[in-house]
Formats: sequence, structure tokens, C-alpha cells
Amino acid sequence: MILQAEHITKAYGENQVLQNVSVTLQEGELVCLLGVSGVGKTTLFNILSGLTLPDSGKVLLEGNDITGKTGYLSYMQQKDLLLPHKTVLDNVALPLVLNGVRKREARERAAEYFSQFGLAGTEQQYPVQLSGGMRQRAALLRTYMCGDKVALLDEPFSALDTLTRTGMQEWYLKVMEEIKLSTLFITHDIDEAILLSDRIYIMSGNPAGISAELVVEEPKPRSGEFLLSDTFMEYKRRIKRNFTLR
Amino acid sequence: MKRQRSIISNCIPVFVILGILVIWQMICITGLVPGYMLPSPIEVIQAFIADFPALMRHSRVTLLEAALGLVCGVTLGFLCAALMDSFEPVRKGLYPILVLTQTVPPVAIAPLLILWFSYGIAPKVVLVVLVSFFPIAVGLLEGFQSVDPDMIRLMRSMKANRWQIFWHVKFPNALGEFFSGLKIAVSYSVVGAVIAEWLGGLEGLGVYMTRVKKAYAYDRMFAVIFLVSAISLLLMAIVKVAQYQAMPWTHCQKEI
Repeated sequence: MILQAEHITKAYGENQVLQNVSVTLQEGELVCLLGVSGVGKTTLFNILSGLTLPDSGKVLLEGNDITGKTGYLSYMQQKDLLLPHKTVLDNVALPLVLNGVRKREARERAAEYFSQFGLAGTEQQYPVQLSGGMRQRAALLRTYMCGDKVALLDEPFSALDTLTRTGMQEWYLKVMEEIKLSTLFITHDIDEAILLSDRIYIMSGNPAGISAELVVEEPKPRSGEFLLSDTFMEYKRRIKRNFTLR
Repeated sequence: MKRQRSIISNCIPVFVILGILVIWQMICITGLVPGYMLPSPIEVIQAFIADFPALMRHSRVTLLEAALGLVCGVTLGFLCAALMDSFEPVRKGLYPILVLTQTVPPVAIAPLLILWFSYGIAPKVVLVVLVSFFPIAVGLLEGFQSVDPDMIRLMRSMKANRWQIFWHVKFPNALGEFFSGLKIAVSYSVVGAVIAEWLGGLEGLGVYMTRVKKAYAYDRMFAVIFLVSAISLLLMAIVKVAQYQAMPWTHCQKEI
């Protein structure tokens, strides 16, 4: 088990946000937190990444307590947050530079991944010159360049239009096959959750907790065809049942 | 078609200024206003040419004062902004004082500065610092504080320290505001130097102005006024070019 969050509880003043949330992540696994907007998914990510302290509970990375410590998990927030004044290459190389790698070496190391992430040719461009999908790819690559063992992705594709999103999901599945990064990601899109995940946690309630866990056994790599199959519909039905039961 | 229209619209200010000059010349020729009260544009140009060596000698002094004051003012403004951004109590304590310094008119301070620092360039430089640091400090502070908080969180999640957050995020974010402040500061710096010279000095355009005023040589007076304006405009243009060079991401081609 690479990442473990145990009995996380968090309140903002009177408002109890998270109640006894426990999640785990195996090495190389893609696990999704599925829930309606505003249920507290982002709060949980802020706690996992160390930006926010939980009221109680622990975050363990390979058994070591990292509660409230930043810099151990790569965290990609909802917005792409690319720095407008840096070229795409410098944006992607930033985590290395912050870690003390010399600028030239950081650029060289970051540049190696550009074609794999579908960003070839954009190295010297500025973020304003990129389309939404490309910006998201650059943000993903920057997250990957952080080099941590676990990545947290907060609705990485939600800002994209539907067609771009479908393309990005398929591309993402392909890249994940290659880089095998242990990933925990947030979404409120049921289709996206089933298509991408090995396992799904359903978050609901107020205060929020994990109300169900579901393993998606469909072998990878999955294609767009999977979205239209009966197995897919069956998973979707099971998840929907969970939401209507509330 | 479109291009032609943009050329014409760019020429509008030039036409307006030329028009004003022509009307001014007509007023002087027709004797509507007597010549000893208002020299005609042509007389001003003649005075400018005749006085050219003296004007250049005095400009050099004024420019030196403005430049020295500006460098110190920008440095001071930067330090103030960085301190106020880093430490909340400093911001609360320092900001009202900064605003207060700007409510005192330079003409009121200049005589005091001359009293303290004598007639050399020192009091002029100090006055330029006083008028130029404020737009820089306010602009930079605004830029530092307008950074997206999510950006700071991202930097923290990547384990950036305060200095790295400042250098990679806050300072570049404030560049636009910095250059806007700098444009104001350069024009203030020339005007500030001239005012300080006007109130007491041995050399410089302000000193020269008082001399030609006492001689009732209004054509030469106008020549100095135009020179001061021209210098300010030139310095602002230089700032504009510097901004263009320093911020390439604001004018790159979109290829979507």
C-alpha cells in the first residue's frame, strides 16, 4: 500500500466537512473519488497534500506519517495554473528548478517528455498560446515532473469541452499505461470514473464520508468502445443506485 | 482598408497638435494677444535653436538628478513593497506614512531640502526620490498581492520556499503594475527635478527657467517648457519599449 488516509475528519467552524474518511491507494493504481460538487473532495485533497491540517486522522505515505507536510505528493488542482510569464518548457521544468536542479538540466529533462505528452513543438510557446486541452496536458506533465510517488488530480478534465475531454481521457489512459503513476483523482463525472479507474470511492453525505467502494475489473488498456458496452452500463447502474439511495 | 483606417486614426493626435500650433501662430500674427505676453510657435523654435548649447548643458544636470533620484526611488519603492508584502504589520504601519508623504506638495518640501542639503544636486535627487518611489511601491504591492492564492498553494505543494514563490510567481505577476508605476515615476522625476531647481540651485533646466523668466524672455521660457515635456515623453517611450521587451508573453501570437 503506497498511500493511506486513515479516519480523516475536518470541520470549518461549525460546518463539519469530512467525517471519518479512509482511503487507500496501491502502487500503480488509478483510483477515483466520485461525488457531487461541493461534497468535500477538494478539502480531502488539500489534507492529503499537506496544505490543510485535518482535525483528526493521519496520512501515511509508504507507512510514514506525512500529515500536514507538503511536497510529498504531486498535486494538480482544478485550474491548470500555468505561469503566464514562463514558456511551456519552463513551466513544466519548474518543479525540478524548485528542487534545486540547474535550469539547463531541468529543461533538458522536462523536454524529453514533450512528445509523449503530445506537447512537441510547444516548448518555446507561452501558455496563452495553447488550447485548453494542451494547457491541461502541460499541467499534467508538470505534475508528473514533481517526481513524487503519488499524484493527486483534482478534476483534471472538467474544464474541457466534451469532445476534447473524450480525446484527453483516451490519451490519458494510454500515457498511464506507459508511466504507471499511482494516482488518486477527483471527478463528478460517472462515465469518466468508470472509464479511467481501477477502483472508485463514492463520496456522499453531509458531512461527507465514503459511502461505497467499487472495483472496475475491465482489463486495460480500455478503449472508447468500453463506454458503449453492457458491462459499462452495469457499473453505471450500480453507481447511480448508490446516489439515489441517499 | 482596415490598415488605412488605423493609420488615419494613429495620425489624429498629430493633426490635433498641428492644428493647435497653427491657431496659436494665427493668434500671434493677427495681434490678438500682444507678442510680449505670448510668443508665437515660430519664435519659440527660433529661441530653442539659439539657446540650444545652453539648453543641452542644463538638461544634462537635470537628467542626471532625475536619473539618480529615479534609481534610488525605484530601489526604495521595491524594498517598501517587498517588505509590506512579506510582513502584514509592516504593511499596516508603513502604508499610511507612504500615503502621507504624497499629500505634502513638493514645492513645500523643496526649500527645506535646500536648507538641509545646500544648493548642489543632493536636494534635487532627494526630492525626485520622494516623488518617484510612491507609484513604484504602490504598483508593485498591488501586483504582489493580486497573485491567485491557488498559485501559491501549488507552489507550496511543490515545496517552494518564500523566496522561490516571490521570484517565480509574485515578482513576474507584478511586472505590469511595475511598468505602469515606472511610467508615472519617470515623468514625475523630471518634473520633480525641475521644481527643486526652480526653488534654488546653480544649474539645470529649472534654474535656467527662473533666469529667462526674470529677463522676461518668454520665447526662451516656452522653449524650456517644451524641452521638459519632450524629455518626459522620450523617457516614457523608453519605458514602453523596455516593458515590451521584458514581457514577451503579453504580445505573442495565438495559434489555436
